[in-house]
Amino acid sequence: MTTRPAGRTLEVAVPTPVISVQHVDKSLGGKPVLRDLTIDVERGESLVIVGGSGQGKSVTLKHIIGLMRPDRGRIIIAGQDICAMTAEELNRYRRHFGMAFQEGALFDSMSVFENIAFPLRRHTKMTEPEIRARVEECLEQVHLPNVEGKRPSELSGGMRRRVGFARAISLKPEILLFDEPTTGLDPVISDVIAELIVEMDQTLNTTTVSITHDMKVAFKIADRVAMLHKGHIVEEGTPEEFQRSQNPIVQQFIEGRADGPLTE
Amino acid sequence: MNAVNAVLDRIGLIFLATFEQTGLWFRMLGRTVTWMFRRPFEGREWLKQMVRVGTDSIPVVVLTSMFTGMVLALQTYIGFRRVHAENFVGSVVALAMLRELSPVLVGLMVTGRVGSSMAAEIGTMRVTEQIDALKALATDPVQYLFVPRVIAGIAMLPLLTILGDALGIYGGYVVAVKLMDANPVIYQTNSYQFLSMNDLWSGVIKSAFFGLILTLTGCVRGYYTSGGAEGVGRATTAAVVEASLIILLADFFLTKLLF
Repeated sequence: MTTRPAGRTLEVAVPTPVISVQHVDKSLGGKPVLRDLTIDVERGESLVIVGGSGQGKSVTLKHIIGLMRPDRGRIIIAGQDICAMTAEELNRYRRHFGMAFQEGALFDSMSVFENIAFPLRRHTKMTEPEIRARVEECLEQVHLPNVEGKRPSELSGGMRRRVGFARAISLKPEILLFDEPTTGLDPVISDVIAELIVEMDQTLNTTTVSITHDMKVAFKIADRVAMLHKGHIVEEGTPEEFQRSQNPIVQQFIEGRADGPLTE
Repeated sequence: MNAVNAVLDRIGLIFLATFEQTGLWFRMLGRTVTWMFRRPFEGREWLKQMVRVGTDSIPVVVLTSMFTGMVLALQTYIGFRRVHAENFVGSVVALAMLRELSPVLVGLMVTGRVGSSMAAEIGTMRVTEQIDALKALATDPVQYLFVPRVIAGIAMLPLLTILGDALGIYGGYVVAVKLMDANPVIYQTNSYQFLSMNDLWSGVIKSAFFGLILTLTGCVRGYYTSGGAEGVGRATTAAVVEASLIILLADFFLTKLLF
């Protein structure tokens, strides 16, 4: 792996945390989704946010990358309030992020190569051979060589996610966001994807925020797990602490029981 | 009384929605125009969209314009013969094609062909999170998706209209001379005699506006799609209906104001 180009790292006035979500409220269509959500992510950490469907996990992730703006509260990335940024400043900041979407969100009018080359062509001055080499490197990183010429529609669900990962890491981001990386995949492929995330997190030395409702995956990839329920964090801790939690909401979610406070 | 209130409520809501949509359309127009002059310029994407809007629309334009010119000659010939004015069929066909029929028909046909597909394409990108992915990759969707399409519309519609003009006039000539036994020399002379360059330009300039309208409406409708596959379907229909209506309204006002 080549190192990040000089001058491209996030300038951090205060060393930690690198992501700080502070007292965020957000309503969608008049329905409150996030309520006083507060969570910090330390540099180099892998945070996994778990929670049921419709509890605001994806909305949280979209706030962190600035795809949504909070109704109230602040989101501080490396000491800078991204809610106060103009669209242009936000775009500059987003170059430090890599986001892998739920179904890959690959551009279906482009080949795999063009998808991964897209951010390189737009945001770097790399020559075509350099771009080709970088695309190959990214595909090797996600263990998916020789698919450059394929269209996204020709790939399986797991392969699409991996190409999505490759595109997310192409600019060598410092922060990686994973939106439901294993949803809809069979258990074996889910485990392969989880291992890949761990490997990427270690080799790329990134700060990672993932959201999932798959507890097996969460425990595998997390340094810290946080549970989102009704728009705010109800429990957080290391995977071991989380598993030992006496919080009935957490227990019900881990065990996947139908009866309990989550379904009342 | 309640029924009256309900009707008034409904009318009020329709007005509000119309104003909101109009405001949105002009806001996106402003953003698109701003991005047209800012780097990076998407040369490849511009060309791709020009082929899609222009080159790929040629067969539709050929058929529409040619047959319109033909039927126009047929109808006017039948009518004009009653007042012994057959000699002016060529003038009417040429004038009508250049000033009105070619730009409007090309605008409506390209709306059906391209405006709808733009709404469907961008709408699908919205519901499959590709628009979010664009933003996450630090790319403004208006710059990447809107600008190349709108530029292609503004650039290609005038060219298609000129093609339509020529084919419409030729279609009229074929019908008048071959079917109705008009004198070819008189027909040709009369076709051009009463034309001025202003007639050509009026159609061409109007068609550039129609190109802007149909592409921008397709893009805006697609961009604000919600609700999965059904939403994409709704956006596509709305794009075609709205763009066609705006083209017909704009046609009258542009003709009245400019020419």
